[in-house]
Amino acid sequence: METLERIVAEHPFAKGLKDRDVKLMVGCASNVRFDAGETIFREGEEAKQFYLLRQGRVALEMFAAPRGPITIMTLEDGEVLGWSWLFPPYRWKFDARALELTRAIALDAECLRNKCEQDHDLGYELLKRFALMIEQRLQATRFQLLNVYA
Amino acid sequence: MPSAHPMVPLPCSVRRIQRETHDTFSVELSPGHEFPFVAGQFNMLYWFGVGEVAISISGDPTKPGRLTHTIRSVGSVTQGLQKLKPGDVLGVRGPFGKGWPVETAAGGDLMFVAGGVGLAPLRPAIYYVLANRKRYGRVVLLYGARTPADILYKQELERWRARFDLQVHVTVDHGTGGWQGRVGVVTSLISKPDFDPGSTTVMICGPEVMMRFTEAELEKRELPPQNIYISVERNMKCALGLCGHCQFGPTFICKDGPVFPYESLRRFLAIREV
Repeated sequence: METLERIVAEHPFAKGLKDRDVKLMVGCASNVRFDAGETIFREGEEAKQFYLLRQGRVALEMFAAPRGPITIMTLEDGEVLGWSWLFPPYRWKFDARALELTRAIALDAECLRNKCEQDHDLGYELLKRFALMIEQRLQATRFQLLNVYA
Repeated sequence: MPSAHPMVPLPCSVRRIQRETHDTFSVELSPGHEFPFVAGQFNMLYWFGVGEVAISISGDPTKPGRLTHTIRSVGSVTQGLQKLKPGDVLGVRGPFGKGWPVETAAGGDLMFVAGGVGLAPLRPAIYYVLANRKRYGRVVLLYGARTPADILYKQELERWRARFDLQVHVTVDHGTGGWQGRVGVVTSLISKPDFDPGSTTVMICGPEVMMRFTEAELEKRELPPQNIYISVERNMKCALGLCGHCQFGPTFICKDGPVFPYESLRRFLAIREV
């Protein structure tokens, strides 16, 4: 049987993390699954966790009346869902909805924030990874804004 | 056989028109005999009395009896070409230019990265590779379009996706109309497939800014820039390197391209005045 530790260690987000850091993360981790169409979180709710996606596809959506939900981007296995847990006031900025059966590792935000405060090495490692992810998504958003295919 | 003289158009009758998207269509021509070409080459299509336009060949190079071009209607000639009907006659000069390095890429992995209508000039290379599949390692197609309605060759993409020997990843910038697929820019797909950077050849076709972003992502995956090839579009007129309309730095896109090793153009792509 696959252990949670191994699953976390093999996720691209954890690539290169020391064993001790993986163990610290696993202390805040749990396995979760969402059925197709299930809402994972909604804009404005407290960001109590983030997710390492293992399988499936998730849509990040923004509700804009009268158009309804607009998909900003989708995320798939190997990607990370959510960074609002890192920044006050710790509230989601988008809705997240599973487009198909989705399996993920959920990491408890408060648990991990406390560990990062106590262990700055872990905190720095995680922040480096989130900073890279945010940079990539910012670049992608800029590219999207260029509307290059018009 | 192409036309006897490169400046003399060969009359070809329209065999079939296929609407691809709201502004893009494919024209299948009957050249009357074999019209051999290399994947990545283009023809000059002359609509008599209106004008001539450079269009990449988007058909299968292993079936040279059919000549297919996929056209996006953006200018006066291409908008006029939309009105073509089977039996109409177009003038064809070509094929011109250098094509994709499908032969030198044999033996290694291959990645095609297409944006928007840029899938059309890559399609002949995909046909060629699929017809010679055993000569290549892993083959991946990454395709990005603006919206689901702008996706070219939908049925063909579905057929390709069903194959076990070709990975196809499609994304759109804006997910509309109940789209359940991926939403995000084409560069976000580069992290999806497994490939060996050292032995992978990448062929990119799309808007120049998209090719630049793609190259930056490939660099992050440590793919050597000399393994990257791009297809460039400029104002082609004579198609023979004589008139100078398509000059780009020290090269003429029509004669030295349209496919280039990325390394050879990299410096000039960064110069805004070129």
